[in-house]
Amino acid sequence: RRRRAVAAMLSLDFLDDVRRMNKRQLYYQVLNFGMIVSSALMIWKGLMVVTGSESPIVVVLSGSMEPAFHRGDLLFLTNRIEDPIRVGEIVVFRIEGREIPIVHRVLKIHEKQNGDIKFLTKGDNNAVDDRGLYKQGQHWLEKKDVVGRARGFVPYIGIVTILMNDYPKFKYAVLFLLGLFVLVHRE
Amino acid sequence: LRKNVEDFTGPRERSDLGFVTFDITADILNGKNGLQTFWNKNTLIIFDWNVKQLFLYLSAEYSTKNNALNQVVLWDKIMLRGDNPRLSLKDMKSKYFFFDDGNGLKGNRNITLTLSWNVVPNAGILPLVTGSGHVSVPFPDTYETTKSY
Repeated sequence: RRRRAVAAMLSLDFLDDVRRMNKRQLYYQVLNFGMIVSSALMIWKGLMVVTGSESPIVVVLSGSMEPAFHRGDLLFLTNRIEDPIRVGEIVVFRIEGREIPIVHRVLKIHEKQNGDIKFLTKGDNNAVDDRGLYKQGQHWLEKKDVVGRARGFVPYIGIVTILMNDYPKFKYAVLFLLGLFVLVHRE
Repeated sequence: LRKNVEDFTGPRERSDLGFVTFDITADILNGKNGLQTFWNKNTLIIFDWNVKQLFLYLSAEYSTKNNALNQVVLWDKIMLRGDNPRLSLKDMKSKYFFFDDGNGLKGNRNITLTLSWNVVPNAGILPLVTGSGHVSVPFPDTYETTKSY
C-alpha cells in the first residue's frame, strides 16, 4: 500500500512538471508568433515608406484592364512625388467616399506651372473613359486620389486574397491553420 | 517612326476641340533608338519571351496659358505578342476627343505628337517607352465651323 501511495505521489509530481514546462513553451510560442506578426507589419510599413504609397501591393479586382491584367494579378506600386503623373501610366486610385481602388490608365493630363494636376483615366478594356465612375460632379482626378502607379506585376498570386474575400469560411480556415501551425511548430 | 497630320479646331462651349488626322508608320521591332528597358539598354528585340503585349498610344503634348503642361492621348492600340510589329496606318482619326482645358488650341503653334508604348511583361517591371521620332503640329488661328468630320 505504501509503495502504491509513493508511486501515486511521484506520478502527480511528474504531471506538475510537465504542465509547467508546457506553459513555458506555450508562452514562448506566443511570443514567437507576436514577433513574426510585428516583423511582417514592419516590413509592410517599410515598403510604404520606400514606395511612398499607402498600399504598395494591390490585387486587381476587375477585368477592365484586360488583356494586360486579370482578376487576381498582383501589382507593385510606387507613388513618389518626384515622379510626375503622365499619360500612359497605370494608376491605382480611389474615388472619394469609395473604398475599393481602381486600376486604370491615364488618358489626359492638365498640369499647372505650380505642379497642380488634374487627369482623366480609362480602363484598357472599357469603351469609354472613367468620368461616369467618378463622384457626382467630379470631372477629374487629382494627386490626392492616387494610391500609386503600377511599376511591376506578378500574375495569379492575388487570387488567394480574392478567395478569402469571397468565401469568408476559407479565410477563417486559412487563419486558423496558420495560427495552429505557428503555435505547434517545435522551433 | 513617322507621323503626318492635318488639323483644325472647333469651339465647343468653353473648351477648344481639336481634330487631327494622322498617318503612323512605325517599326517597333527594330526601334532601337528610343528603346530603354530596365534590364538591358541594348535590347534589340522588344517582343522577347517575357513580353505579353505592348500598349501603344499616340499622345499630343502642348502647353497653354491655362496649363503649363497638357497631354492628351489621341489614339491607342494593344499589340499582342505575335501581332505584326510593323504599323502602317493611314488617315487615322483620333479615337478620343481632343478637348483642351480651356481655349488653348487656337493658334497654338507647337503641339508635339509622340508615339509611346507600355511594355506589359508576363511578370515583372512595367516600363513606358517613348518611340523615336515625333511630329510638331500647329493649330490654325481661327476656328473652323463648316468642316464636317
